[in-house]
Amino acid sequence: MPEINESLRERQNTYQKILEDLPDTRESVIPALQFVQKSRGYIPEDGLEYVSEFSNTSLAKVYGIATFYSQFYLEPQGEHTIKVCQGTACHIKGANEIYDSLLSELQIAPGEVTPDGKFTLTTVRCLGACSLAPVMMIDEDIHGNLTPDKAVDILGEY
Amino acid sequence: MPISTLQDLKKLKEQGVSSLEPEKTKVKVGLASCGKAAGGDKVFDALEESLAEDESILVEKTGCLGFCAREPLVEVTYPEGNSLVYQNVTSDEAGTIADHLRNNKLFTDGILGKREGTNGGEEALSEFEALESLDFYQNQQKVVLRNSGIIDPEKLEEYVAREGYYGLWNVLTDFTPTEVIDNIKQSGLRGRGGAGFPTGVKWEFAQKSEGAQKYIICNADEGDPGAYMDRSVLEGDPFSVLEGMTIGAYAIGASKGYIYIRAEYPVAIRRLEKAIEQAEEAGLLGENIMEQDFDFTLEIKKGAGAFVCGEETALIASIESNRGMPKPRPPFPAQSGLWGKPTNINNVETWANVPKIMHYGSDWFSSIGTEKSKGTKVFSLTGDIENTGLVEVPMGTTISEIVYNIGGAEPGSIKAVQTGGPSGGVIPSDKFDIPVDYETLQKAGSIMGSGGMIVIDNNTCLVEVARFFLNFVQDESCGKCTPCRDGTKRMLEILERLTNGEGTSSDIDKLEELCHYIKEASLCGLGQTAPNPVLSTLRYFRDEYEAHLKGECPAGVCFT
Repeated sequence: MPEINESLRERQNTYQKILEDLPDTRESVIPALQFVQKSRGYIPEDGLEYVSEFSNTSLAKVYGIATFYSQFYLEPQGEHTIKVCQGTACHIKGANEIYDSLLSELQIAPGEVTPDGKFTLTTVRCLGACSLAPVMMIDEDIHGNLTPDKAVDILGEY
Repeated sequence: MPISTLQDLKKLKEQGVSSLEPEKTKVKVGLASCGKAAGGDKVFDALEESLAEDESILVEKTGCLGFCAREPLVEVTYPEGNSLVYQNVTSDEAGTIADHLRNNKLFTDGILGKREGTNGGEEALSEFEALESLDFYQNQQKVVLRNSGIIDPEKLEEYVAREGYYGLWNVLTDFTPTEVIDNIKQSGLRGRGGAGFPTGVKWEFAQKSEGAQKYIICNADEGDPGAYMDRSVLEGDPFSVLEGMTIGAYAIGASKGYIYIRAEYPVAIRRLEKAIEQAEEAGLLGENIMEQDFDFTLEIKKGAGAFVCGEETALIASIESNRGMPKPRPPFPAQSGLWGKPTNINNVETWANVPKIMHYGSDWFSSIGTEKSKGTKVFSLTGDIENTGLVEVPMGTTISEIVYNIGGAEPGSIKAVQTGGPSGGVIPSDKFDIPVDYETLQKAGSIMGSGGMIVIDNNTCLVEVARFFLNFVQDESCGKCTPCRDGTKRMLEILERLTNGEGTSSDIDKLEELCHYIKEASLCGLGQTAPNPVLSTLRYFRDEYEAHLKGECPAGVCFT
């Protein structure tokens, strides 16, 4: 079926471009996965396969690495990723209430994508902005001194 | 231009001084992550927009001033060197400050304090309190944070203006590697990552290991929830870490270094990238550094989200692109580390101390602190407290000084402080007169850790806090060894029963027993210290556990 081969080749070319600055060695697995995720928003199955071939590492090993670290996603993510901080200071300052209010506003379960594809909601161990607890990060922006209402309002900026 | 003589360094310093103290009014906005999170970017944009036309006023960025509760912070420095710091600035207020500056007027709302310049005070500012006399700053001593919030972290010349790279110059022109190690040993510097191992001794192990290729690593995987001093150093003064690592590389004979940094710190990563680029251009990294026979290159490795990678053997595994799982020691990284080569790892704060020791001398450094814990320690003071922020105090300062005087906590309302994150424990308020140093904190059932200090008031349930930490370590356990993988899970189940009101009479004893097994049998620091939050709360607040067995939560948090 020539069409499928064509699209496979196209995808291979895309991955080749994404990884062109990396040496094709075993040590490149984590940076390669990071590059793939940055460009595709997550790591699709063919991305895992490409990284495995590229770095001459078994697919099982690559999968093992991708699933060990919390920042690799094997499922498509929303356009914006919301990470609610679960660090100690945030915890005692009411991080759970922030998380619950966002879950109910977005009407999704933890880790899911909203039906319009806009947001993914997840948690993070600590963002290191503890003095402004509770905090959350949307993409690369940190928002501090949150209340459940304020957190929901901030979504409107995206 | 590459720096090859002392003259070159002095020239760069002059450039830096005129950039730091220009003959113009300068407005600086604190734009470390805390400042950004509080809205600093909008303040910066507002200032830049309204002052764009005015060539006599500069608008610039700086790192963290430490007083995070008062972010966004804006500092206006007048041509003669005096400055005013404004607190909790909104973008509207930024516009008003700009209008006043353009019209040569003084805006007097929201002033935190003043800083006096070198050229004498100005009458108009005399009514404001000096920053150093505020309770928050009064008893702090800035060594590691001396440049944060003062220099533009993206300008090498401003770092040099504050005597940066003079330490490296001394080292490369005047010291043998062994003499550097002796100096670090004499200074008494101990690892700021938590364990407090003497830094000079660690370097000596790596120096004496056989091997043509050696590595050094900066552990910037600041994973302890509640600690953020390393992020702040990297965002506010990245060159200090670069210089420290270059000195360390020279001492142990390494030609290549890595900074392993967590991906959750995008601002710090960007500032490090810029700093490395500038240091390379100035011949302070690369081949023949300062025209001496010494090569050293640095590379950033981004983490991918795993708390256990703060453990040094797991960190090495992660740089090698493996699952970040620890290995038994020995062999220690100093003998067989990254790719099997001798490797020395220190954390950000440790590296940041090194240039100051090599510039101002080991005697100066060892004059600060206590007999066994030298220098200062940076704490991130957070939780149920007014003055949250980064606090740098001499070792030996009492907890009560930090919590009540610097932090402004109300005596009577505070139950405990938690230090050392998931590896540490709580110290009850009736023990707040103890000094902070490695040994005393350990004796009290906690640890220094990387410097998180979370103040806990009477409305917080410590059984629930223990459950929080166990949930954390159970989730972050890499799964390699059984005591940590399964043991922490069993502990978490008991704590969940207690906080749900389903505890049974044998639960507390079982919990304690598990603590000891896990502590003794786990492979790495994560497991060995995982029971600490439970052991320390049991030691000081056993009554809270017992109350939960009777279906009561003294803080009124559980069973609601």
